[in-house]
Amino acid sequence: MAVASTETTTLNNVEAVRQTLYEALKSDPRTLVLGEDVGARGNVFLITKGFIEEFGAERVIDTPLAEASIVGIAIGMAMEGLRPIAEIQFADFIYPAFNQIVGEAAKTRYRSNGDYTCPLVIRTPYGGGIRGALSHSVSIEALFYHVPGLKIVAPSFPADIKGLLNAAIEDPDPVLFLEHKKTYRSVKGEVPTGHYTIPIGKADVKKAGTQLTVVSYGLYVHQALDAAQQLEAEGHSVEVIDLRSIRPMDRTTILESVRKTRKLLIIHEDNKFGGIGAEISAMVVEDAFFDLDAPIRRLCGPDVPAMGYALTLEEEFMIPTSRMAEAMRDLVAF
Amino acid sequence: MSTTITMPQLGETVTEGTVAQWLKKVGDSIEKYESFVEVTTDKVNAEVPSPVSGVLTQIIAQEGETVPTGAPIAVIEEVGAAPAPQPTTSPSEALAAPLAAAVAPTPAPASSNGHSNGASRNGGVVNAPDILRRVSPAVRRLAREHQVDLVSVRGTGQNGRITANDVLASSSQGPSAAMATSILAAPQPAPAAPAAPVAPAAPSPAAAPAAHKPSYNAPVPGETIPLTQARKIIAQRMLESKHTAPHAWTMVEVDVSGLWKWRNAEKERFQRDRGYPLTLLPFFVYAAVQALKAYPLMNARFTDEGILVHRDINVGLAVALDSNLIVPVIRDAAQYSISGLAVAAGKLIERARSGKLGADDLSGGTFTVNNTGANGSIMSAPIINGGQAGIVTMEAVVKRPIVTKDDAIAIRSIMNVCLSLDHRVVDGSIASAFLVDLKKRLEAMAPGGTL
Repeated sequence: MAVASTETTTLNNVEAVRQTLYEALKSDPRTLVLGEDVGARGNVFLITKGFIEEFGAERVIDTPLAEASIVGIAIGMAMEGLRPIAEIQFADFIYPAFNQIVGEAAKTRYRSNGDYTCPLVIRTPYGGGIRGALSHSVSIEALFYHVPGLKIVAPSFPADIKGLLNAAIEDPDPVLFLEHKKTYRSVKGEVPTGHYTIPIGKADVKKAGTQLTVVSYGLYVHQALDAAQQLEAEGHSVEVIDLRSIRPMDRTTILESVRKTRKLLIIHEDNKFGGIGAEISAMVVEDAFFDLDAPIRRLCGPDVPAMGYALTLEEEFMIPTSRMAEAMRDLVAF
Repeated sequence: MSTTITMPQLGETVTEGTVAQWLKKVGDSIEKYESFVEVTTDKVNAEVPSPVSGVLTQIIAQEGETVPTGAPIAVIEEVGAAPAPQPTTSPSEALAAPLAAAVAPTPAPASSNGHSNGASRNGGVVNAPDILRRVSPAVRRLAREHQVDLVSVRGTGQNGRITANDVLASSSQGPSAAMATSILAAPQPAPAAPAAPVAPAAPSPAAAPAAHKPSYNAPVPGETIPLTQARKIIAQRMLESKHTAPHAWTMVEVDVSGLWKWRNAEKERFQRDRGYPLTLLPFFVYAAVQALKAYPLMNARFTDEGILVHRDINVGLAVALDSNLIVPVIRDAAQYSISGLAVAAGKLIERARSGKLGADDLSGGTFTVNNTGANGSIMSAPIINGGQAGIVTMEAVVKRPIVTKDDAIAIRSIMNVCLSLDHRVVDGSIASAFLVDLKKRLEAMAPGGTL
């Protein structure tokens, strides 16, 4: 990570996204944002508030409610030399754009034999726990991580958001940039001022430990860290890895950690079956089988069609910190 | 006290067994763990080890007889015990207890098998392969690597499971009884004195009924060379280093033609004046020390708190002895000239070969030089000496045709220099810069330099 300055400011996750987008628009005339309500309304979370006044309607484009068009238009712009940053208002609405993302953007470089690249960023808020019900709660990463040619990042600390969003904007290929909406204003942190990037594909050990490796990303990293602190108070040492990037995935960091602790707990909000945790498990069993001292355990979203609106249903879907701590205790004692 | 032996359960779905053959007659004495009866089921044939030492006093189930699992098949009178009036006291408990003590509390997985009398579901027969079936891959690997007999390890995990840390703790307590015999062959009692020297596979009592073929196709065992203390330590250190330090490797070719000429011009006079041979080693160590000064991160160690950069440069020299490998250290190597290093190294190597090195001579190294070329090697991937950032090798000097700067072909003396680095401490860029710096210093050496 090339940090330009040791000076920092305290930002929440919304402010980190906002500041990074603002600096990109300010410093690189090829960049532009487009999406539903990003202009006059300044985005539903006020991320782009004031942008249209400062940068104009040609670089801050309000689009119709047509996700396939948002991504399709952005692909064209990207292939012709611009650096579009498209927004899907909620990840739940990304499905109409699936063909554009998977069928077009991810394959542009391959199909053109390298003549064209598609330097496109698609930002979208995802995740639940905010009473968002069926159409404002979904996690979409597992639907896309099967696709070669597409990068997926899901940072959840403000400093990581800035570094990875800069890296995504500068990346020559399409990047799906996931922002967990429950962390938008609940997570604050120090962010270096000035321009810097964090390499896509590099996980971060948020807490070092020796008895158990916990791999997570998004909102749950924060809860996993809280749970690991509880375990620490009980005299147990738990390592917490924030994946940050889902694809490419940082095999080295995960394998090194599991070889050290010999036990692995994977926590994610997305559904369990065929989820990110399934790939991590397979990778660890393939490459570190003889280092495992316990069965790999996954704490994931239940395999139900959606997150219900009723508080009881939402609570049933979201994993509380206490359950994470319990799973950690079980594995440490195993 | 007498113990009633019951028909063991030889599989999860097995409900009865047939006595195939009694290996002992009534009146024969039986050692604990010694096989005394052969039992067959529709799934397996197995020899049943005795849970106690004693005399076979009664055979209840005759050869060919099929009885339900848990039914009594024989009575063994324990040695030295007065005959008990009632030979039927809690057979399953008597069976299970001594074995459970020997194998650590590793309970069988829960399953309902229709026996409500509290009998162990194995019918009391717990043997080493049963334990292996339940240990994790890490435990199995560590047990093999550290030669730990799992039968002697007390499990501290859930339900008494043996954890990887239990194996490591047990291995640090000292070598356990020869694992090959106890895990792969018949079960043995836990070693009474774990620190006792290991005799090469002394025949265990369980191996006594040699007339019987084993029920599995084991490879014919070859010779086991007992581990010397030195070999154990080497094995442990190498393993630790490879496990804790992620090794990366890189190599450069060094044109040592000038150095070669210089050393040849000086070596006779040096030997005569100073009494020690002038090998390439001191030149190399000198250049390495200068390069370490330029790249202090290569003279460092990784700790959880941070990267500890050493102030002193203490260079370890890997010295191969007949059956050992030791690394004496030239302390504060930066204070020496080339000739000073030649004398210091000469003295250390002399004392190493005559076995006169003290603990001080072998500790405190911050970087290691390995003269692999002495054995003719031209490329090697050395293992880092634990706690250091790197190790360099001097490979054999060979004459090779080289394309020179002005596109001519010349015959030059070339030495490969290989570096293994702890990637936690430095990345390839620094390591390569260090190595190239070392190369430049070696290539700059030529006749007329300051020794």
